[in-house]
Amino acid sequence: MKEFFESITESIGTLTLNKMRTGLAILGIVIGIGSVIALISLGQATQQSVQSQIQSLGSNLLTVIPGATNSGGVRGAIGGGTTLTYDDAKAIQTSAQVTTVAAVDPEVSRRAQITAGNNNSNTQVIGATTAYAEVNNITMDSGTFITQQDVNSIAKVAVIGPQVVTNLFPNNSSPIGQTIRINKIAFRIVGITASKGGSGFANRDDIVVIPITTAQQQIFGIDYVTSIAVSAKTPDVMTTAQNQIGYLLLARHKLSDPTKADFSIFSQSDILSAASQTTGTFTALLSGVAAISLLVGGIGIMNIMLVTVNERTREIGLRKALGAKKKTITTQFLIEAIMLTFIGGIIGVILGITFSYGYSVMTRSLFVVSIPSVLLAFAVSAGIGILFGWYPAQRAANLQPIEALRYE
Amino acid sequence: MTTNITIQISNISKIYKTEAMETMALDNVSFAINKGEFVAIMGPSGSGKSTLMHILGALDTPTSGTYILDGENVENLTDDQLADIRNRKIGFIFQAFNLLPRTTVLKNVMLPMRYAEIPLEKREEIAKKYLEMVGLGHRMYHTSNQISGGQQQRVAIARALVMSPAILLADEPTGNIASAQAEEVMAIFQDINSQGHTIVMITHEPDIASHAKRIIHVKDGKIIKDEKNIRQKIAKHNKNIE
Repeated sequence: MKEFFESITESIGTLTLNKMRTGLAILGIVIGIGSVIALISLGQATQQSVQSQIQSLGSNLLTVIPGATNSGGVRGAIGGGTTLTYDDAKAIQTSAQVTTVAAVDPEVSRRAQITAGNNNSNTQVIGATTAYAEVNNITMDSGTFITQQDVNSIAKVAVIGPQVVTNLFPNNSSPIGQTIRINKIAFRIVGITASKGGSGFANRDDIVVIPITTAQQQIFGIDYVTSIAVSAKTPDVMTTAQNQIGYLLLARHKLSDPTKADFSIFSQSDILSAASQTTGTFTALLSGVAAISLLVGGIGIMNIMLVTVNERTREIGLRKALGAKKKTITTQFLIEAIMLTFIGGIIGVILGITFSYGYSVMTRSLFVVSIPSVLLAFAVSAGIGILFGWYPAQRAANLQPIEALRYE
Repeated sequence: MTTNITIQISNISKIYKTEAMETMALDNVSFAINKGEFVAIMGPSGSGKSTLMHILGALDTPTSGTYILDGENVENLTDDQLADIRNRKIGFIFQAFNLLPRTTVLKNVMLPMRYAEIPLEKREEIAKKYLEMVGLGHRMYHTSNQISGGQQQRVAIARALVMSPAILLADEPTGNIASAQAEEVMAIFQDINSQGHTIVMITHEPDIASHAKRIIHVKDGKIIKDEKNIRQKIAKHNKNIE
């Protein structure tokens, strides 16, 4: 054991002799390991926040959207279809065939530019009915939600999320009664929703809800809806509700073959798995890129080790003359290579964690460090040392002592 | 008195082959060296004395012939077995000293014992003893590039002695150092020889060779003369040398 530490300190001594070269040699590993750690952390944070947000929407929520899917995933232009109408939503609500539905909320949803005074924000504008709050578990912080009267009269009223308040009314925490403009059309604010937390694409705090009729006719100029949110009476009847709605809409759209349906019905778990799959794919893809940079870093290590072996030919010759066996020389140079990659790994892990922490602070998102990925990073960096240090170490071990001693 | 023979080489030849030609570096060389001898191998450059030194040092193997070193046949051995022979039986002293740069004198002297897997404490103890012997006890923690050439060669002598080898093999030991220092190195050689160590020294300088008890002359790969040195020069220790 003492002898092992002796080899370690000796190799550290050798590596510190040429700090510049050592630093450059490990840079590739630092970048590789750092980006792997950062990407895995970011990926996991995204996945966790997406999951918690989708779950916060409610476990008995079904979403009907235009366009077809198959079991492998989402197909077609989601939300881009025009096959769902307000009347479809009304039919789901009123049909005698559909017995398991509590509330139905047809929605028109797009991003639009919102202005208030000098402030502006690009925000999700949702045209909805009174059922929106119930279906999406929205509670009010202050004011009221839009009413049936607002929907019927195509009123220019808006309910805004707390994030919109922060963005557009930085100095006024209660802007009820104030005016915002959506695509230059003025709306009166009637209510502010309570915060649901979260961030990213499913941020339920950064929304503007207006009557669906106003959205269709005044803002977007369309007669279809982009989705219909349905809450089932209990989580247990989700499948029944999904089937009942499906058959009703097939009949309404005069389609006999369920495989040719021009709409899709998702439950929360469907969306959850699709979202996880997407972020998972992204993480895997980016990790793949990071892995390539690790490979390049490893080649850099090999290059430096070959130069080192060449430079120290005389030393190797001497060591062999004094009785060093092949194994001893191999071990010596392998330890050096592993020290290089391991130090690079440590610095990379620190940098990666720092980066993902900084990112989470900046974007006010979740910060996740996965311990397995850190351990894996150490193992991988040591492994790269062995893999790319092996050939140079073998070169050193196989030098003939007389040739090596003569080498100038 | 076979037990008294340290080196026995018989009919050793070494042929270097290149694509264009074959060079016979050693041509059927035989001799024996007894325990406690101080032998100088002399010859001009190209005479084959370096090749002979490599073979005696188990750094290279002969094309034909046998070599018995301290009772062990140095033939058909693997690289690792040769390394083991060098480690246990041969103490090398090179013309260019060949100390590890930027490493302390003590660590340099300890190095061969490390390859013999001697425990650290024991290594330090032995290394210090031999450093005292060559008069460098006070330089132990200097790095090898902080001391003079003559001192470096004395460190190398200490390093060659730590494994108590069967022979000390010195290749032009005074070739790179000043004459006063060279005298000191010869004085140390004569000391350790008088303590019973066998020394084989390769040199082309007659003055240095004259410190040995026996001189073997080599030319064109053959031994041309092998004689007892009746006028052995005795080197004096220089008290003022640093």
